[in-house]
Amino acid sequence: MAGGPARQYNNRLIRWVEYRMPIFSAVEATIGRDMPTPKNLNYWWSLGSVLFLALIIQIATGIFLAMHYIPNGAMAFDSVEQIMRNVNYGWLLRYVHANGASLFFAAVYLHILRGMYYGSYKAPRELLWIIGVVIFVVMMATAFMGYVLPWGQMSFWAATVITNLFSAIPLVGNGITTWLWGGFAVDSPTLQRFYSLHYLLPFVIFGISLLHVWALHVHGSSNPVGISTRSKQDTIPYHPYYTSKYMSVIGLSFIVLAFLVFYEPNFLSHPDNFKPADPLQTPANIVPEWYFLPFYAILRSIPDKLGGVVMFGASIAILFLLPWLDTSRVRSARFRPTYRYFFWIFVLDVIILGWVGAQHPEGASLLIGRLATAYYFAHFVIILPFVGWFERPRPLPESISKPVLKSGAAVAEAAE
Amino acid sequence: MATTAPHPGEEGPRRDFIFVAAISASAVGAGLAVWPFVNSMNPSRDVLAEATAEVDLTPIEEGQRITVLWRKKPVFIDHRAPAKIEEAEGVALGDLKDPQADADRVQRKEWLVLIGICTHLGCIPQGQRVGERLGDFGGWFCPCHGSHYDTSGRIRKGPAPKNLDVPPYSFISDTTIQLG
Repeated sequence: MAGGPARQYNNRLIRWVEYRMPIFSAVEATIGRDMPTPKNLNYWWSLGSVLFLALIIQIATGIFLAMHYIPNGAMAFDSVEQIMRNVNYGWLLRYVHANGASLFFAAVYLHILRGMYYGSYKAPRELLWIIGVVIFVVMMATAFMGYVLPWGQMSFWAATVITNLFSAIPLVGNGITTWLWGGFAVDSPTLQRFYSLHYLLPFVIFGISLLHVWALHVHGSSNPVGISTRSKQDTIPYHPYYTSKYMSVIGLSFIVLAFLVFYEPNFLSHPDNFKPADPLQTPANIVPEWYFLPFYAILRSIPDKLGGVVMFGASIAILFLLPWLDTSRVRSARFRPTYRYFFWIFVLDVIILGWVGAQHPEGASLLIGRLATAYYFAHFVIILPFVGWFERPRPLPESISKPVLKSGAAVAEAAE
Repeated sequence: MATTAPHPGEEGPRRDFIFVAAISASAVGAGLAVWPFVNSMNPSRDVLAEATAEVDLTPIEEGQRITVLWRKKPVFIDHRAPAKIEEAEGVALGDLKDPQADADRVQRKEWLVLIGICTHLGCIPQGQRVGERLGDFGGWFCPCHGSHYDTSGRIRKGPAPKNLDVPPYSFISDTTIQLG
């Protein structure tokens, strides 16, 4: 998808800049002139755009919140109340930022599941997938540290619990936690470094996202049929076709975000975080934000401190290996009758883990959590490799155009 | 570029209208979205709540000057002696860079209230404390770039373009003023 021969631009300003710094042709060389895109992308492919927008919203609201927030154990909680009560539109900025994080995670989970269903991680897009998982990990770190900043009870105890994960490391564990805290417990020094990193990491995410997009445009988007584009007939320009298509999803996301912000701004937060941090009193039920619940459930399912931490890390790290654990060469689940069922069972399993993560870790929910944890890992290390070997995929269409055009109608039907 | 084949009758004013309408709606939307960000940088409500200050004048002797803080700015209050008042009233308006009669700058002759910030580049002029330079006209002298103010706080010499500002204030009793 090279940009082709040196291009003459019509706009004089662009020509002027291009002559001195060929930035426009460099961008075109990466994404291809007019961004040729498979013509059969469905709405699930819009999530990348939604995510980009979510990142921009978080950075924009965050920069303005940072103008009023004070990262100090004695003043942080009050400064957040100051934002909510006194700063002009401070309540709006903060609620958009807090609920925007949820939108961000909702979109990223759907984006990841899209990749899993349509096999977007398979050759030649393994690196693209790995970069994406790196973004996901940095996102989790950013969100966690952001959650600590309001310095309420949940903030404080989330910081305590998560930093204590590192104390599970043999020999050096306690030294590492002391180093992370900058003291002997979570306190002002911890808050200040979290604030510094919470401001830095979104820009790191932005940078890695550019790599993600770069890697994406080398071989272009995958597509619902999962076969590569072969000719010009298989593609259409990104603009205006996909810009307009994705605009509708962006609009829908905004409606959801606006509903949360204006009608239920605290629906996704926890009442205990309206109490200032108290290092002498742990809340009765510590629950992370909804987007961490499945991983939290895995952590709690293992009846061993180090084991729990290892499995918690492994549940995320295993995503890096996904391109090699899935042994099937067929990308799209549309043509994989067996995998398709296991995919939905996996989704159900993650939802169950999420539910377990919100319960007290005892009785039935503990047992269910253990079974669901076992299945989570089994999906990756047992089911995926074996299904790939034994499954008989349906016949693939000859090209993307075929099932769309009339002559390919029969193939398209078979694909359903 | 992506150009759709023109359908007869669809080009022209109708499409132009859609373009203009879409761009206008986006511009309005962008403006509405940007405003909360911009406005969040304006003074917050707790800052605005501190926008007035009361000053008790009883302890200020004749000839004494005090400085109070109002909206984080220094305000000069000068209990002027009759000689100083005469001096201020005696100046011909033609001699002034920023002509203004002394009577227009005070509510009661013996009390001169000024914002103590040089109208040049924002330094605080000297003359409030005993021993400081009063400048060539017996008022205030700005050490940063040498502006001289007279006993009515008017600019007489130096780079400052305007007289020292008079803040909004009112006498809420004979011995108390409220700034703001």
